[in-house]
Amino acid sequence: MTWGRISLVACVVLLAVAPFALSPFRLGLLAKYLCFAIVAVGIALAWGQGGMLTLGQGVFFGLGGYAMAMYLKLKEAGSAGLPDFMVWSGVEQLPALWKPFGNPVFALAAVVLVPGVVAFLLGLLVFRQRVRGAYFAILSQALAAAFVILLVGQQGLTGGTNGMTNFSQFFGLDLTDPNGQRAVYAIAAVVLGVTFLVAKLLVRSRFGRLLVAVRDGEDRVRFLGYDPAVVKTITFTVSAVMAGLAGALFVPVVGIISPALLGIVPSLELLVGVAVGGRFVLAGAIAGAIAVNYAKTLFSEDFAEGWLYLQGGLFVLVLVFAPKGLAGVVESARHRLPARRRPAEVTA
Amino acid sequence: MGALANQLPIGLSIAAVLLLIALGLTFTFGQMGVINMAHGEFIMAGAYTAYLLQSSSFLDDAGQSFLVALPVAFVVAGLMGLLLEWSLIRRFYGRPLDTLLLTWGVSLVLQQLARDVFGAPNVQVTAPSWLVGGVDVLGVRLPHNRVFIIVLAVLCVVGVWFYLTRLPAGRRMRAVVQNRELAAYSGIATGRVDRFTFLLGSGLAGVAGVALTLVGPVGPSLGTFYIVDAFLVVVAGGLGQLRGAVLAAVALGFLNGYLEFWTDASLAKVLVFLAIIAFLQVRPQGMFVLKGRALV
Repeated sequence: MTWGRISLVACVVLLAVAPFALSPFRLGLLAKYLCFAIVAVGIALAWGQGGMLTLGQGVFFGLGGYAMAMYLKLKEAGSAGLPDFMVWSGVEQLPALWKPFGNPVFALAAVVLVPGVVAFLLGLLVFRQRVRGAYFAILSQALAAAFVILLVGQQGLTGGTNGMTNFSQFFGLDLTDPNGQRAVYAIAAVVLGVTFLVAKLLVRSRFGRLLVAVRDGEDRVRFLGYDPAVVKTITFTVSAVMAGLAGALFVPVVGIISPALLGIVPSLELLVGVAVGGRFVLAGAIAGAIAVNYAKTLFSEDFAEGWLYLQGGLFVLVLVFAPKGLAGVVESARHRLPARRRPAEVTA
Repeated sequence: MGALANQLPIGLSIAAVLLLIALGLTFTFGQMGVINMAHGEFIMAGAYTAYLLQSSSFLDDAGQSFLVALPVAFVVAGLMGLLLEWSLIRRFYGRPLDTLLLTWGVSLVLQQLARDVFGAPNVQVTAPSWLVGGVDVLGVRLPHNRVFIIVLAVLCVVGVWFYLTRLPAGRRMRAVVQNRELAAYSGIATGRVDRFTFLLGSGLAGVAGVALTLVGPVGPSLGTFYIVDAFLVVVAGGLGQLRGAVLAAVALGFLNGYLEFWTDASLAKVLVFLAIIAFLQVRPQGMFVLKGRALV
């Protein structure tokens, strides 16, 4: 068994015993980190493998989250009622946009399809015109900014700045009950596992190799007869769907979805873990996302101001000293350990 | 119609501020491939410079301290930019996406620093008495402060244009923007040119910060409100040249101003974003493209 396999098994075991070892509060936090880890897998695919630095993952996270929250709100309000925040903002009739979300199948489909379609259209329009690199990063960030302003502005439709909160039920699970919370945690863990596997298969496939080739030499790939725009659009869409799933899980896990979780800064925060853990290695990105969010909780409990210094400093330090993240550090250490010749370093 | 015309100086002054901010970005991006997310914090530094000068005792007239603030803010923000380039960014040339994240980390730290030093609540800079009020020209209300911002931006653009086209240092800068290797082989100290570009661009952001104190309060997150729009100006205008930045800033300023007027602010941002995506379908590299032979 290789070290990779052993640590994978160890992680699965740890995740499996966590519901029995942790208090419901801590378990909820862990479930939240797992949601961010799902986004991290998508970011590692798009950014690490595909070279597309996406600063707008919060948008897709939010689309998935709001789709789920709309269903849960309608379910709670019953067949005739209106969601609580609509009553407060003086909306009298259920808006047409909301109506289909009463159907669980529609809502679940929307969780996947809405972020997917938005990312697909954006990717197609942008990548086909060979807009890439920093331009793409800026556009994705502008999308995040516009999305949040839209959410805040449409108070009656989205709950405005407060977003949506107070969810007690999730497909028959009681979210106020520890057992219900454990079940939600288990769902998050399984979704993370599936996301990881899908990403792993994708990276190992022919498509994955093509993706890396596009990252390292887009024009060469084009000259070989492939269409880089298609490869990038598909990858970007997959990463957006992962973010959407994570957002949908975030709603029952944390119990709130609001614009403050989705804007420019939260979208960039999603990247911190991936950068720290190592964007070129999927497992590194997951570990980084969990570790950074755990550190954030620790610091926010004691002194919140310190966290911003630490987060900013962490970013700077990692980029200066370990551009490939901790996974890169581990890898080069592993190459150094046995007394054999190191293979030629590939510079990114 | 009157209301529509009254929106004109507002749209133009938004454009003017965007332009001052975007100038630094487009040159650091075009010349060095650096995406400086900390640029917004130079705006903030400029604005706080104006605040400090006003609250300090040795200049008690608001008009005087405001005028003094313009060059001082230029120097303060410029030196911050220089320090950032010298300490961190020059290690990152050739890795544009990494500079984006790196400078974002710096921007987080700077924002928190401002929060610790000046406090989280916004502070107010008193506008000089000669900038309060306005005049009516042909039924259009022209507020003095908006006109001042527009004039300030025009002066800065003329200054940058003069620098780029008439001074030897500007010629060296254009050479580095167009072809770095060739410029280096011709004996231009590209590292020094880079540092000076950073100083200039950051300084202009500081001036923009002082201008912004005329239209709103100053807070630690002042820069973040403008940085995204300024980057969109860079994307729409094309890299590393003046014309594109000016045109794109004016277009974006008006689009923002008028769309907010016609629809509501929340839809306006989305419409602006869609307009830019649509524009990129026609001109993927922005309005103007520097001709070069590099296969990007």
